[in-house]
Amino acid sequence: MSQATPDLAKPAKPSDTFLPIAGSRRVKDKTATVIFSLCFVLAVIPLVALLYKVIESGLPAVLNPAWWTNSFFLVSPSSMGGGVGHAIYGSLVQAIIAAVISIPLGVAAGIMLVEYPESKLAKPTTFMVDVLAGVPSVVAAIFIFGVWVSVLKFQLSAFAVSLALVLLMLPLIVRSTEEMLKLVPDELREASYALGVPKWKTIVSIVVPTALSGMISGVFLSIARVMGETAPVLILVGYTASFNYSLFEGNMASLPLLIFNQLSNPNEAGQYRIWGAALTLIIIIALANVLATFASKALAPKTK
Amino acid sequence: MTVHESVDRDADQNTVQSGGLSDGPGLVPDPEKVAKGDLRDAKSSQKADAIFRGVTVAAGAVIVALIGLIAIVLVMQATPSLLANNVNFLTSSEWNTSDPENLQFGILDMFRVTVLSSIFALVLAVPVAIGIATFLVQYAPERLSRSLSALIDLLAAVPSIIYGMWGLIVLGPWLVPLSTWLNENLGWIFLFGDGNVSIAGGGTIFTAGVVLAIMILPIITSMSRETIRQTPSLHQEAALALGATKWEKIRMTCFPYAKSGMIAGSMLALGRALGETVAVLIILRAASAPGTLSLFDGGFTFASKIASGAAEFNHPLPTGAYIAAGLVLFILTFFVNLIARSVSGGKVNG
Repeated sequence: MSQATPDLAKPAKPSDTFLPIAGSRRVKDKTATVIFSLCFVLAVIPLVALLYKVIESGLPAVLNPAWWTNSFFLVSPSSMGGGVGHAIYGSLVQAIIAAVISIPLGVAAGIMLVEYPESKLAKPTTFMVDVLAGVPSVVAAIFIFGVWVSVLKFQLSAFAVSLALVLLMLPLIVRSTEEMLKLVPDELREASYALGVPKWKTIVSIVVPTALSGMISGVFLSIARVMGETAPVLILVGYTASFNYSLFEGNMASLPLLIFNQLSNPNEAGQYRIWGAALTLIIIIALANVLATFASKALAPKTK
Repeated sequence: MTVHESVDRDADQNTVQSGGLSDGPGLVPDPEKVAKGDLRDAKSSQKADAIFRGVTVAAGAVIVALIGLIAIVLVMQATPSLLANNVNFLTSSEWNTSDPENLQFGILDMFRVTVLSSIFALVLAVPVAIGIATFLVQYAPERLSRSLSALIDLLAAVPSIIYGMWGLIVLGPWLVPLSTWLNENLGWIFLFGDGNVSIAGGGTIFTAGVVLAIMILPIITSMSRETIRQTPSLHQEAALALGATKWEKIRMTCFPYAKSGMIAGSMLALGRALGETVAVLIILRAASAPGTLSLFDGGFTFASKIASGAAEFNHPLPTGAYIAAGLVLFILTFFVNLIARSVSGGKVNG
């Protein structure tokens, strides 16, 4: 009270005005801290356990070069030989065909949502994209079965799988396009209009290139997501142990389908194969994720 | 007319591709030419704008039409089978579609297994996910928080079939002692009563629910994390200024503020759990007897039943029975996602 000018160098003494925090409240506070940290640890346990098991059991298979190139054609179920080349091919081809179909559609719809929000279809499209994002993969698969096989009378094939994957990919691509285009500053658009560039050309040559890195990253992420989908391959194509390069005829293996098929293989080789295929799938998905990160960094617009 | 248009468009493209601002003597344009060019450009670019806009709107229309088509196709293909069904579709637990002449199928048992496993997964995952979200936003330092968030997101990147085989081979046996203990000591609670499959096998709703909980954890975490992070710092500072401890601050400001995000995230996760196919298909044992409300039952969910029946899709009527089940699943997930959307005010990113 008598101190007119407090000494700022010294920390202020705790005032008597404030009572220390009561014991029970302090205990509750500490308990909360411990519980929140434990929650995190609790979630990491399964992740670590799963990755450890997949890597430990899958490593011997993956380290063998033949694993990546060969198929199980004429390899007996009890033999440790052979490889998953045919399934890698199938997984990649099905995902890429799906990407080829869904990228133009998804990007165009994303452009519509951001650049023409006054359109009457903008609201229903946003809503339907959300609905599509919530459609279980098995429902997408039986829908494609209903159209492609029951109505149009086509065979079960890898292409049918790709069509189902399109349904699962579309909402991912529309949303990532939308997010990325929203990030493009309006000043860029206005500058372009001021130079007399028409709107469509502004979008094609200014807006999209600016957002391109993020959009490509989104595409890679959506490919990674659909490569692990199992329900469509279970319903829309059969498993085969050999390479099949035809999209429209015959069975085609993919990594999820191979795992599902080999789960019923009682031999030791069955275990070897499923964990090997699981690790292969995780490696490919991780690669797609790395490519996504790389794309978003390397292709980002250079600002100076 | 068309020839002129295409010529105009070409000319239009040339001006922009060569930059318009190119160097050289053309830097100061001839006013007359500009005026003419402007008129020509304006016409053709209006057309081009309309075409471009039409293309993008058409893409939106395709997506809108797709959903409608899904609903129509499912209904049309399910109807003949539903009409030929000899038992009540909604209240029967029968599933015998091997004879197209005498179809008997009902969804009661699948509905029970689907809802029981999903709700169980939600009960396990929601508190943990909210705990993680709070930890990431409020306790972990900013830099650490980013990498830890990526770690949790990694859970979402693992394909469901890998969760399925891990659940069958690794987690199932791990959970057997806990399941046995729960059954022996808390068996009087209906949830832990005797089921229709052997607990020692591990292929119970209990195991499937734990795996589902791990799978849906990242969805709830990410949505809760976003909304907790958005809690206005003024609210938080006000709570601290009133003398609240950190926990009290979180309870009084962050949780009420983030409630809608947490509920929306949980609903999205529920939608995912309801539709999860292959992990459940691999883990759950087929049951010999119709189930009870015990977690130690086996059986099929909608999704796993459809996937397991793929081999039977050779005659329209049995196929229609499975499509009818798919239609119910579609409607179920549609409404769950609708709730998620309305709770979060349209900001859903699952």
